[in-house]
Amino acid sequence: MASLIAILDLKGKPLIQRSYRDDVPSSYIERFLPIVLELEEDGAQVTPCFTREGVNYLHIRHSNLYLLALSKRNSNAAEIILFLHRLVSVLIEYFKELEEESIRDNFVIIYELLDEMMDFGYPQTTESKILQEYITQESYKLEVQVRPPIAVTNAVSWRSEGIRYRKNEVFLDVIESVNLLVNSTGNVVRSEILGAIKMKCYLSGMPELRLGLNDKVMFETTGRTARGKAIEMEDVKFHQCVRLSRFENDRTISFIPPDGEFELMSYRLSTPVKPLVWVEAAVEHHKGSRVEYMVKVKAQFKRRSTANNVEIYVPVPDDADTPKFRASTGAVQYAPDKSAFVWKIKQLGGGREFLMRAHFGLPSVRGEHDSMDKRAPITVKFEIPYFTVSGIQVRYLKIVEKSGYQALPWVRYITQNGDDYSLRTALEKGSAPIVPM
Amino acid sequence: MSGFRAPPRKGENYELSADLNSEYREKRKDAIKKVIANMTVQKDVSGLFPDVLKNMQTDDLEQKKLVYLYLMNYAKTQPELVILAVNTFVKDTDDSNPLVRALAIRTMGMLRAEKILDYICDPLTKCLRDDNPYVRKTAALCVAKLYDLKPELVIENGFLETLQDMIADSNPMVVANTVAALSDIHAAAVTAGSSSDTFHITSTILNKLLVALNECSEWGRVEILSALSRYETTDERESEHICERVVPQFQHANASVVLAAVKVIMIHMRHVKSENLTKQMIRKMAPPLVTLLSNPPEVQWVALRNINLLLQKRPDLLQNEMRVFFCKYNDPLYVKVEKLDIMVRLAGDSNVDALLSELKEYASEVDVDFVRRSIKAIGQTAIKIDAAAERCVNVLLELIGTRVSYVVQEAVVVMKDIFRKYPSTYEGVIPTLCANLEELDEPEAKASLIWIIGEYARKIDNADELLGIFVDSFTEESYPVQLQTLTAVVKLFLQKPDGSQGLVQRVLNTATKDCDSPDVRDRAYIYWRLLSTDPGAAKAVVLAHRPPISLPRTTVSPQLLEELLGEISSLASVYHKPEETFVGRGRIGIDTVQRKGVDLADDRAAAQKALQTVAIGQQAENLLDFDADDVEDGQQPSGLAATTMLTSTPAAANLLSGTSSNPLDDLVSIFGNASLSAPTAQPQSAAPLGGFGFGGGAPSPMPPQTPSVLQATPTPTQQSGQEDLLGLF
Repeated sequence: MASLIAILDLKGKPLIQRSYRDDVPSSYIERFLPIVLELEEDGAQVTPCFTREGVNYLHIRHSNLYLLALSKRNSNAAEIILFLHRLVSVLIEYFKELEEESIRDNFVIIYELLDEMMDFGYPQTTESKILQEYITQESYKLEVQVRPPIAVTNAVSWRSEGIRYRKNEVFLDVIESVNLLVNSTGNVVRSEILGAIKMKCYLSGMPELRLGLNDKVMFETTGRTARGKAIEMEDVKFHQCVRLSRFENDRTISFIPPDGEFELMSYRLSTPVKPLVWVEAAVEHHKGSRVEYMVKVKAQFKRRSTANNVEIYVPVPDDADTPKFRASTGAVQYAPDKSAFVWKIKQLGGGREFLMRAHFGLPSVRGEHDSMDKRAPITVKFEIPYFTVSGIQVRYLKIVEKSGYQALPWVRYITQNGDDYSLRTALEKGSAPIVPM
Repeated sequence: MSGFRAPPRKGENYELSADLNSEYREKRKDAIKKVIANMTVQKDVSGLFPDVLKNMQTDDLEQKKLVYLYLMNYAKTQPELVILAVNTFVKDTDDSNPLVRALAIRTMGMLRAEKILDYICDPLTKCLRDDNPYVRKTAALCVAKLYDLKPELVIENGFLETLQDMIADSNPMVVANTVAALSDIHAAAVTAGSSSDTFHITSTILNKLLVALNECSEWGRVEILSALSRYETTDERESEHICERVVPQFQHANASVVLAAVKVIMIHMRHVKSENLTKQMIRKMAPPLVTLLSNPPEVQWVALRNINLLLQKRPDLLQNEMRVFFCKYNDPLYVKVEKLDIMVRLAGDSNVDALLSELKEYASEVDVDFVRRSIKAIGQTAIKIDAAAERCVNVLLELIGTRVSYVVQEAVVVMKDIFRKYPSTYEGVIPTLCANLEELDEPEAKASLIWIIGEYARKIDNADELLGIFVDSFTEESYPVQLQTLTAVVKLFLQKPDGSQGLVQRVLNTATKDCDSPDVRDRAYIYWRLLSTDPGAAKAVVLAHRPPISLPRTTVSPQLLEELLGEISSLASVYHKPEETFVGRGRIGIDTVQRKGVDLADDRAAAQKALQTVAIGQQAENLLDFDADDVEDGQQPSGLAATTMLTSTPAAANLLSGTSSNPLDDLVSIFGNASLSAPTAQPQSAAPLGGFGFGGGAPSPMPPQTPSVLQATPTPTQQSGQEDLLGLF
């Protein structure tokens, strides 16, 4: 429960603020940044929540802004921090970008949103689709006066009634993101698959949907045998439209979907994954003159699949200059802002292997503190369409609406890199790989 | 001249005032927007109160909202004028549009002006019974707002009873806000010292809450779950029932719903006796906890702090999941630090290799703080898992080999703890450590190395030379280093009296004469006296066997842990501190203060300092102080010097070491041994580490000394020491 919410610029000046309870004066907002700076100066960490003189400061960062909540009680930290994140995403949906300027330009509507999204410090409606139905920039031009959508308080708080489409269609995107970490010996130290099923729903009325997956637990509980492979999802998270108790009972995924685009569910598997795109680099470091890289990429998936838009980021010393590249395929660019070079390959066929070489100059004089090089891992971005690592399949999507229309479900699969697909395989040439103990 | 021109701000407000009274609608509205814009940038526009107020009655919803917003901000400064707004407010609560009704009642509750309160009760009664759930849910919270301002009004008007009835509302959002309001009122009443339970959750209410839980919005679920965790029952069946109904919430996409569900389960699981069911719950809890790590970093951090607590209670909770806590290169530092702690918690025989190679990787990153913490984690792993200690030491040696200053220093500090835990096992490492002597510039690292040298003085050929370096620069060193040097030299003297008499004499002289710190002086006097009266006793005390150290399972007292687990996802559970320590309240009973005091003492002494990282500065001294501490208990020396030392008690030492036995027992046994064979011969085994034998100029192990040598040593120090002391008193 928050007493006050404020958005601050990087100098700690509040751009907009809203007080929900009287127990924390708004003057405390201005104390936030000095405390942060003081902590940094003392070499202490600045954690998302901290307490000072009986006031708790909870904050998140978004680009060049701080979003800050103040509280005097022993409040629910997870709830407040998540609310701040939700506030960011709602404001982004309203203004495309959330930055100082869009806040200054839209202060009226932000006040309205802050009034609607939280009351007396308790989060209320944070669904931007529903909010957009009754809080709009153009509201005063409307002839008819807006009323609260029934959905705001309905048990089905995410869908309004009376939606009509000429053609009833549903698009399902099954997107799997692979996070993995390969250590310097080439072993996968950690890997996980984060899956998400995203829907674009263009359906009339109040349709009841049921989604069937090749879920191993479901097959086991219902005693049915799976045709083909069944997968074991370690943890599943659902959009609030899914009836959780039914899923708990018999693993049925049943729901009334929101209109338009949303994420129906996400799941996680920690089954070991072989690196789909393998990269290794041999580094030849001539201190004070140059550094050379030889990079090898290998597509370790079936021949009939193709990885698109592959981007390989190989870290180089901050002070490297005069880059020279030669690649057997694709294009290479130097990205000094990231202290790396990027090898871009539009299409990488399954089983294929390519090489590239890079050459950089190094300054002859180095500072004393550079004795330890930053050892950032190689990171890779890619997309493999029509393929899922886990083998998840949509078995059916049943759509029932009382008007009895027929609707078509479309399904797409894609596998891509997660936010942490890294390989520590850039090795000094000649140095033996570090053997695990 | 200056009177001619009005200050520009006033001019702006003057113009705004004119615009606010314009006959054109659009112009008035634009003026209101400008007023609000000025308010946003914290210009004072309170003077426009009457002008803004005139624009309150309008069909334009946006304009109405802006005026309301203005009133909320300035009602407190203009209490007389607020009265003028009351009529419109009351009228608006009768509007045909539910949005306007809700807006009016919501804003009235926020005005916080004494005068308006009397007018709020009637419209509030009406709104609580409104047909529209949107109005009802807003009105429910308004009762809590009113209670905050004037509790009597809520009680007189029977609003509490109305709220109780509203728990049965057909609309789940209304139920959720009603629960929020009642919980808020309850919390306020408790703070105010009320003993009665304003929101008593009966079993009937419980069932209603369980039904609403499945239907309401995400935030509503959080409220209902917190209310469920307050439900008191000792009935096992009922607890089981609650757990079963709450478990499905683990699948919710909102992390705060998941954590709220974890809280309810942790509380109600206390009454569940069935092992099977408990295990099942724990098993179901693990995957959602891991998934919390796919949230944004700030949420991850909150989750990690809570997971840390959960693991202290249930170490088996995430047994096989250590890898998910491996740090990502781009994780913010605060996330990495928490992950490190959890990784060490989860370390076991099966995963220690993976952990070590990961920690070694971290130790070569750029962030100095993170590197240091990673090295500390290696030390903690060595202390936690006996079987892996040797591998940890090898990793540390590799790190020392990098010769990066802060890496070496931290590794030295960590090595000291390993020597404490496994005495005379890794002596082969000592030459490598000593070779880095000159690199050390941090007091803690220096003190640690000196401690090691003193402890193994008999095995280090040139110990007197090494310590001599520090004795030479004694007065320039920091106090922890001085204290360590003092103790180490005395240890050296007791082990190898032959060549070190001069050194002892010098250090005692310097410490007693030229040192500013009373602690250092006092300790020097104690040693001096001890050495001069009874060298045998000195040996027994200074070279006494030290109790082993171990890694604690908990960082807070068991009592506090239970309390914090009951508040999962709150700030208290994030800070790992009881609520009273950070919520300024001024109304704490003496009992609670005392209890918390004990908790805090535990917290401080047992937890954060000594136990978690045995290495941090001050307590490194504490650990090493044992010999000095033991003195005054066993020997009862007289004089000022002795009494001041009493401040650090052996009880604290016991706490640190994790043994809770009577400290006196330890002493008795020490002295028992001492009289028989003072220097308990150190194991003669040369170096268990294959590759690290003593070679070249490195010192070689000394043969154990016989007591007779010691006894026979005539110490000129004794004489002069006594004379000095006598002269002093």
